[in-house]
Amino acid sequence: MTFSPELEARFAKMIASYPPGRQKGALIPMLLYAQDEVGAVTDEVIEEVSRRLNVSRVEVEEVLGYYTMLTREPRGKYHLQICTNISCLLTGGEELFQHACRKLGIGNREKTPDGQFSLEEVECLGACSWAPAMQVNYDFHYHMTPEKLDQLIDSLRKLQ
Amino acid sequence: MTLLAPPHPLEKRVLLRRFPEPRTEPVWIDEYLRTDGYEAIRKALAMEPEQIVDEVKKSALRGRGGAGFPTGMKWSFVDRKSPKPKYVVVNADEGEPGTCKDRILMGYDPHRLIEGVLIGGRAIGANRGWIYIRGEYREYIDILDRAIAEAYERGFLGSNVLGTGWEFHLSTHTGAGSYECGEETALLESLEGKRGNPRLKPPFPATSGAFQCPTIVNNVETFCAVPDIILNGGEWYAALGTPKNGGTRLVCLSGHIERPGVYEVPLGMNLLTILNEIGGGVWKGRKLKAVIPGGSSSPVLKAEECDIPADYDSLAKAGSMLGSGATVVLDETTDMAKVLARLMKFYAHESCGWCIPCREGTTWLKKITARLEEGIGSERDIDTIDRISQSMLGRTFCPLGDAAAMPAMAIARKFREEILEKLSRADAFAPVEGAQPLVVL
Ligand SMILES: Cc1cc2nc3c(=O)[nH]c(=O)nc-3n(C[C@H](O)[C@H](O)[C@H](O)COP(=O)(O)O)c2cc1C
Ligand code: FES
Repeated sequence: MTFSPELEARFAKMIASYPPGRQKGALIPMLLYAQDEVGAVTDEVIEEVSRRLNVSRVEVEEVLGYYTMLTREPRGKYHLQICTNISCLLTGGEELFQHACRKLGIGNREKTPDGQFSLEEVECLGACSWAPAMQVNYDFHYHMTPEKLDQLIDSLRKLQ
Repeated sequence: MTLLAPPHPLEKRVLLRRFPEPRTEPVWIDEYLRTDGYEAIRKALAMEPEQIVDEVKKSALRGRGGAGFPTGMKWSFVDRKSPKPKYVVVNADEGEPGTCKDRILMGYDPHRLIEGVLIGGRAIGANRGWIYIRGEYREYIDILDRAIAEAYERGFLGSNVLGTGWEFHLSTHTGAGSYECGEETALLESLEGKRGNPRLKPPFPATSGAFQCPTIVNNVETFCAVPDIILNGGEWYAALGTPKNGGTRLVCLSGHIERPGVYEVPLGMNLLTILNEIGGGVWKGRKLKAVIPGGSSSPVLKAEECDIPADYDSLAKAGSMLGSGATVVLDETTDMAKVLARLMKFYAHESCGWCIPCREGTTWLKKITARLEEGIGSERDIDTIDRISQSMLGRTFCPLGDAAAMPAMAIARKFREEILEKLSRADAFAPVEGAQPLVVL
């Protein structure tokens, strides 16, 4: 399996940054970047990354079960991550999350049948001073309200 | 949109001195160089490593990641003569709920961080560093990667830093979603490609850290404070704060506050001044109920306890912590049972499961507080929260257990009456007199 030239260049640089014989350090970043390109940590990704870093499949499975951003199943094209932790809770994060469920007709960690949207209630995103906060894939959205969320989802639907 | 707040007259901007106005673009290398950038590393390269450490000691800089450990002392624990490679690790995991300051430094002044790391590396005799940054911060990873590339191009990083023959390499390393990976030893495990389980201490990272080599792990803001300390001297920096609590720090105001944002204040500024003057007071003209002064792990302060200098020692004396500088404001309408339940849900989710007191304790705290939030339970449940918390404090493998137990205990104790009142409402569940719990912890 090969990745895009940009990702290959990133991987080469990444692997070289760990001490000799300790390339396993690149495991988690590589899985995440590969997932971003492929859509999920597929069997092929596991195979390829474990071969390149000379680690066993079990070592890969171990980290897959631990890190919440890694996924074996493709998420929606737009993965909505809504924070409901303390600062967001105090400013309407919970209502925002419930609004998203109703609007999309899906629950936490679910995906719409057309594969366009998935939803996840997440812990603090480090955006507390601009709460309530959420991410669509890697893009942050601050000071959210149910109305702004409606607009956001509608504009993403138009992009399809 | 910019995340930089317009400066308030009571702020003292050192870390944020390049931002007299909010702006959207980061300071890239040319602008950085025009504004004293990389002057501190030039100065540090002409100093003996011991002198650098001494200057940082004199500055009374304490770790901004949460524990407030004196930075100069931490650096002095590294044996520079060890034949092993030494490493510098930046903790940019920024996971403590309420905390949103490291992103400001990385996102707007990335070279400041690189320069701070270089000085740290020089001080301990390292040749390599990593910035361990939470995966959700792709935006900032990209900014740092570009800044690092710029620094390599101009000879501030590489195999011959500024022609001195000293080699120093730096890369970003992305995490993938885990609060526990902000704990320094779990972070090191993660850096090595493993699950973020904590390590037994001692040995401390200074002796056996990344890849079992001597390592310093410091928060982003800690490293970012270093260039100005070297430029202006440790004494200058120390004098900005209070004794043993040197300098300025970022405060992240969030929750029920009129002007939420990230501001820079001298250590020791009165907490109420920060809230009322800089933050503009409680939002919607409401009254203050409580403040979480240093991130979700810090014990809550009731409104009447907030008239104190905000520095490490004063907050410790008040039974809380300055922690990560995340100050969450709770107004008079806040349902404390709800706050408690949400925090416990967080800790139960994030406990890595490695040690039993934390795994079981956080799970039980979550279950009990979720019921209380619904108005179901009795006074005995509040006592159970206290008992579970006490049996966790100091007994878990890493401080995540303490981080859950401290706020649980503080909220349950300080807002006992409010929670009881909630339970006594007409529609609340009334337990049978004498009912026995099946599970006793
Ligand atoms: C559960 C847990 C999470 C932590 N998360 C962070 C974090 O996100 N960022 C950080 O800088 N320190 C975090 N810390 C503190 C680190 O363990 C460590 O004290 C810090 O990186 C040391 O740097 P400093 O001395 O510059 O503060 C956390 C600690 C614990 C117990
Ligand atoms: S609590 Fe929601 S971003 Fe921090």
